[in-house]
Amino acid sequence: MAVMTYREALNEALREEMERDPDVFLMGEEVAQYDGAYKVSKGLLDQFGDQRVVDSPISELGFTGLGVGAAMAGLRPVIEFMTFNFAFLAIDQVINSAAKMYYMSEGQFPMPIVFRGPTGAALQLSAQHSQACETYYSHAPGCKVVTPGTPADAKGLLKAAIRDNDPVAFMEGELLYNLKGEVPDDDDFVIPLGVADLKHEGDDVSIITHGKMIHVALQAAQKLEKDGIHADVLDLRTIRPLDMDAILATVRKTNRAVYVEEGWPYAGTGAQIVSMIQEEAFDDLDAPVLRVTQADIPMPYAKNLEILAKPSANHVVEAVNKVLYR
Amino acid sequence: MAETKTKARKSSKKTDPLTRFGISEELALDLMRDMLLYRRFEEKAEEAYAIGKIGGFCHLHIGQEGAAAGTIKPLRDDDYVMSAYREHTQALAKGVTPKAVMAELYGRADGASGGKGGSMHIFDAKTRFMGGHGIVGGQVPLATGIGWKIKYRAEDSVVIVYMGDAAVNQGGFHEALNMAAIWQLPVIYVVENNAYGMGTAFSRVSTTDMVDKSRAHGIPGHSVNGQDVLETYAFFRDLAAEVRTGAGPQFIDLRTYRFRGHSMSDPVSGTYRSVEEVERAKEELDPIAMLRDTLMDAGVIDQAALQDLDQEARQLAQEAADFADASPLPGPEALYAHVWAEVNPNGRLFFDGRGAQGGPP
Repeated sequence: MAVMTYREALNEALREEMERDPDVFLMGEEVAQYDGAYKVSKGLLDQFGDQRVVDSPISELGFTGLGVGAAMAGLRPVIEFMTFNFAFLAIDQVINSAAKMYYMSEGQFPMPIVFRGPTGAALQLSAQHSQACETYYSHAPGCKVVTPGTPADAKGLLKAAIRDNDPVAFMEGELLYNLKGEVPDDDDFVIPLGVADLKHEGDDVSIITHGKMIHVALQAAQKLEKDGIHADVLDLRTIRPLDMDAILATVRKTNRAVYVEEGWPYAGTGAQIVSMIQEEAFDDLDAPVLRVTQADIPMPYAKNLEILAKPSANHVVEAVNKVLYR
Repeated sequence: MAETKTKARKSSKKTDPLTRFGISEELALDLMRDMLLYRRFEEKAEEAYAIGKIGGFCHLHIGQEGAAAGTIKPLRDDDYVMSAYREHTQALAKGVTPKAVMAELYGRADGASGGKGGSMHIFDAKTRFMGGHGIVGGQVPLATGIGWKIKYRAEDSVVIVYMGDAAVNQGGFHEALNMAAIWQLPVIYVVENNAYGMGTAFSRVSTTDMVDKSRAHGIPGHSVNGQDVLETYAFFRDLAAEVRTGAGPQFIDLRTYRFRGHSMSDPVSGTYRSVEEVERAKEELDPIAMLRDTLMDAGVIDQAALQDLDQEARQLAQEAADFADASPLPGPEALYAHVWAEVNPNGRLFFDGRGAQGGPP
């Protein structure tokens, strides 16, 4: 095991997959000469040259569509969004072109493309730069959605996403890039899409989450331990495909669940999962499943208001206490 | 520096057009055969739409046959063609069979896209006909990506991408042209300029001429009379050869005219153009009649031979319709097929609750 940052893990995944397959190329704003706005692509230009590590103009719709067309013609593009906030300009090409191409061509054009970049709030970036975008992508059949929360998951899942033959929205956490963790040395370390990971074990309650929120959930689990409450923390890792077996297993074990997500509540990922839990494990529940989300408002700038708006460990503890009727 | 030029080879008026454009009699007859097929095919589709055999939106190419025949005929099999949603005849021109296109319009299993795409989404990977795209201008960045692949793999094929005149006001059009210019991609951007985006005259939504739209990106712009199939063919023959050998992206204002409504649900004329305008265009700008006159003047074809060609076209269109009619509807198993190219061994991909795993029952 090597200890590395989330950023380095992503960089290694890109490097290894580009070494493995000459059809993989990286395109996006500032990815080449500048080494990436968040330095995820550091050194790749030197190693692979400017045909495979490509600085694009600031044209999200344009270079996203270019990537989709290149994938139609047989390449395996990795399209970097400086952040997914900017990808709204490109979502027509992701949904209307990438996600539907295989179906509307009756399987003639697979779409092996990865759209990656940070999602969710960082610190005081205010409304237009602070939002979790997962559900826009998981809503559309044909698009897979991956949200790694640790360096190891970032590496193993990015490698899987690049090898996958469907479009994958690969959503990183801006505040996670400096996070350090152990990553297996194996250069063929691939984590299959659709496998959740139990990041903390306990019998009393299930905290189910994805992406950056696993750290909030784990913090909450630590606090709860002090009160003698033992929580399962299930990290879904991918939103689509969704590891429903793992969700049902933890709910059947603890009979109580809280979903934690960084995005807004209305039609959020948690809404989908709560609906599925009540459909498929109603008799196993001892309490309604609750959700912890961002406040249902655009993100404010003022530091105190931002803290109030974001889901916190305290919010999670509060929700857990409710489902435990404490 | 961007260059705006008209490439129509104009020499002595005394030479006949075939000589002037360097087109053999045999090739000219092929172009006539193609255009007649497109006309009869689209008329058959119109007929089938009227009796409910074809549904949804259906955009006909009647009046614009020269734009399909003249541009695609000079291409090689390994060249790519991509279009918007008025693309039936371009698919035929690239080599998709009339039967496969008509069956797609009918929503049948033997359609080019298995009945899943319909009129606006005809795809055929084998002939490199890359769709069939329904969002105005959405195909322009896609085709640019195909050009990217050609350059990436150091191949010498080219891409032609078609769009209507309204598409040049979309942001994606300009983003794509800018990138094609930066990277000198082998993409030929063709505006089928029929003067109206649905019911809005181009002059009402642009203060600059069409041929100038690529100028800001440093891409040469050319104006070509798309109703003259010989001029169009000669122009694209020469242009494709230049682009194949590194001339970089090109932009063509291909002047044409639509003899039908925007789609089958729209009137031919009315609030946005007069009956007289359409009738005059049919009289003066019919690409088939124009070629007929040229070939008759040159003694290449007579009325009887023309009628034989037309009969052949009518028969192919009828056979396509008969084939489509007899083709089965896609089976229910097709409903969930090809949503995902890769069904991962773990996790759910479908969420409609219809089956035990939340997906296909």
